Formats: sequence, C-alpha cells, structure tokens
Amino acid sequence: MTADTDAAMADNSDLPESLVEIVEDFAETETGDRLQLLLEFASELPEVPQRYSDHPELLEPVPECQSPIFVVTEVENPEQGDAAIVKLHFSAPPEAPTTRGFAGILHEGLNGQTAEVVLSIPSDLPLRLSMTEIVSPLRLRGMSGMLSRIQRQTSERIGKITGQ
Amino acid sequence: MSTAIPADTTAKFADYADGSRLVSTEWVAEHAGEPGLVIVESDEDVLLYETGHIPGAVKVDWHTELNDTVTRDYVDGEGFAALMSAKGISREDTIVFYGDKSNWWAAYALWVFSLFGHEDVRLMDGGRSKWQAEERELSTEKPRREPTEYPVIDRDDSTLRAFLLEVRDSLGKRPLIDVRSPEEYSGERTHMPAYPEEGALRGGHIPTAASVPWAKAANEDGTFKSAEELKAIYTDEAGLGTADEVIAYCRIGERSSHTWFVLQHLLGYTSVRNYDGSWTEWGNVVGVPIVTGSEAGEVPSR
Repeated sequence: MTADTDAAMADNSDLPESLVEIVEDFAETETGDRLQLLLEFASELPEVPQRYSDHPELLEPVPECQSPIFVVTEVENPEQGDAAIVKLHFSAPPEAPTTRGFAGILHEGLNGQTAEVVLSIPSDLPLRLSMTEIVSPLRLRGMSGMLSRIQRQTSERIGKITGQ
Repeated sequence: MSTAIPADTTAKFADYADGSRLVSTEWVAEHAGEPGLVIVESDEDVLLYETGHIPGAVKVDWHTELNDTVTRDYVDGEGFAALMSAKGISREDTIVFYGDKSNWWAAYALWVFSLFGHEDVRLMDGGRSKWQAEERELSTEKPRREPTEYPVIDRDDSTLRAFLLEVRDSLGKRPLIDVRSPEEYSGERTHMPAYPEEGALRGGHIPTAASVPWAKAANEDGTFKSAEELKAIYTDEAGLGTADEVIAYCRIGERSSHTWFVLQHLLGYTSVRNYDGSWTEWGNVVGVPIVTGSEAGEVPSR
C-alpha cells in the first residue's frame, strides 16, 4: 500500500536516531508481523515508579486514546532548558495492549533525550510507523495525543511557552 | 441452526426468545476443539488477541478484515468468502464469537457475518473479560486451520441493515433506538465520553428515537441481563411494545450491534435492523432533522 511504502521511503532525518531505528524496524517488518513487534513494545513498557502508582493524580490522562492511559514527563535540571534530560512514565492497563505498545514506542524513542529533541518530534510520527493498514486512524490519533501531552509537559517543566 | 453442535442448556438462556444464540464460558471450555465449531475473537483492541486468547480461537478484526478498505462499507461476497477460507471457516460451521468490552465488537462481527447469512452464529456470554476473570486457559499459539472452500454469498443489505433514506422514511412509523451515551443523545457531545472526536458536525439524535444506552443490556460482568430485565428495559420503558420493526443506531454501528443482538435474538423482535451509518452519517448530512436535548422529539412536518 502506498501509505506504508511512503513511510519506508520517507525522509526521517528530522527524527532522533532512536526513533529512526524504530520507524525502520516497522517498515522492514512484514505487514503480518508488525502487530507482534508492537506487542513487544507493549510488553517492554516499564511499570510506573511507586511514587506515581501511589499518587495517580500526578499522572495526566490522555483522552484521545480509546483506553485509559496516563503519562507524566519529568525533567532533570530544568534550568538547563533545551539541554535538560526528559524522563517519561506511562501507566496503561494490560487489557489495552495497543495503547501500551504506542507508549512503549514513545518510551523507547524519547526517554532520556534532551528537551530540545523531545520538542522537535514532528506530530506526524504515528503515521510514519507503517501501521496505517493494521491499526485504525483513531488509535493512531491517540498516539499523537500522547506525544502532544509529552511535549506540552516538557515545555512547562523547562519554563518554555510554546503556544500549545 | 445446525444440529451438529449442541446448544448450551444453561437455565438462564432458556428464557430468551432464541437462547441457542448464547453459550457460556463453561460450555466453550467443554466444547472448544470439536470439529464443526470455530471460536472467533473480535476485539476493539487490535493487539488483545495476540496477548493470549481462548486456545484454538481465530481472530477477526473489524477494522482491517470486515471493512472494505476504500468504500465506507463491509467486504463484498467475494471478500467475505476469501476471509472465511483464510480463517479456515466452513459455511456449515458453528461460530462462537467473543471479545472485549462486554462483547461489543464480537456482536458487531456476528452481525456482519449474519449479513452474509452464516447460519449458526452465537455469542459467548460475558466475553473475554469473564473468561479471564474465571482464570481459564489462554494461549498465544495461533491455530493453523486448513483453508476452506467457502461459497461466495451476496451480502443481504435489506433484512438486517438500514440505510439513511430508510431511516428518514421510518420516522413516526417504526421505533428507533439510540444506544449512545446520554451526552451524545442530547447533543452535548458528538463522541463517546473518553473517546476521541470522530467527526460529526452536529450533535443530537434522530427525531423520535428512544435513548437506551447499549450497556443497559449488560450486567457488571459483561453478561446479558435476564430476559425479564431486558423486556422491562426495551419492551416497556423504551416503548417498543410489540413493534414488528425496529431500527437501532449509535455512532458507527458497533454499539448498536450489541443492542441488535438483544432485540433480534434475545427478545425475538421479528425485524430488527442496524443503521450502521449511524451518527457519523446522520450528524453530517445536509438537511436531515435533528433533535437536541433529552426528549425524543416529534416527527418533522415535512
């Protein structure tokens, strides 16, 4: 299908290496096996640290997702601004593996990156994952919702207003 | 119904109009693997089956397999035959559907299979969550079923399915059931609470439609309510009475499949149709009448 071929051919030079790798992994995986790959991301999503599991109110819900998911962005040394390091935590139930998979991708691709990198991620990232044939557009929009919340929280943490 | 696979004789089912359309988790555990019986999982979450499913169950995905990839419609007869063949399902097989969210998507798949006249289709009462709550076996092994020669059957769009014009012509003549949330019915919102916006320009409901959110038909554990409770909800409160024909709708036709199953098979209404265009169609069409607020509203004069 054209959408996925386009994704494979697309110029991903605006993505950090960690995400380029994930985008390429999906593009190079046979369509039938992509769900399996997404499932691996779902299984690898780390548990939220206890300080959040004890205080779920500190986590922000992502209503764009069809399943309950919460995300929180931490920034170490926010005074470093763009150079500050971003840490991500997600909480999503096991009966929502697709949502967990998306969270797993964002975790793998963005956790430990600088605020500058996190804020530079283009909003069409979900469409570049070669999943338009296997996952409904609504679900992909849920992933965009997670990304935009991570970016907004990052901006807030480093005191940068981006107009979001 | 095919006689090869016996009906579930659970007492609760005997009170429904056609209780043979339901099987219990116990029944499935006992009969899974018998020749002539295929267990089909159909979920909203496209990955759930991969995390573990009833041993031997095959997956049917509503988004990628039952929908046409270009037109807003279901697959045609050839597409359905090819799908059934690939899944290893024969025309004579008994199919038991189950899935997440109180069988919401399983009922949707069952309804689409019914458009092709696949005769013996049943639902597992309580769906996936009940099976899991009972700590029954799950497997990640994908069954390898031999491809079948499934005949090409034209989809029957006239019996179980309603289209926009028929719905418009039905106003005041046939009861309509709106199965969405009260907020969607009143027009406060155009999508489900906690679900993303799916693109309807106007909020509200089709004039005269009674509001019966689909989940009213289900117990906490996802099983269907008893025949008596269902009768009180639909026949009495929603005022369906002894209507010959009923049309149900929701947002894209999935939640209303659940209600369709209740009205058609559990309560035995003679002609129940699902308007799958639902609110994402009606709420975008120029010039069709819409009522906002919690009252059903009157038939428009023109």
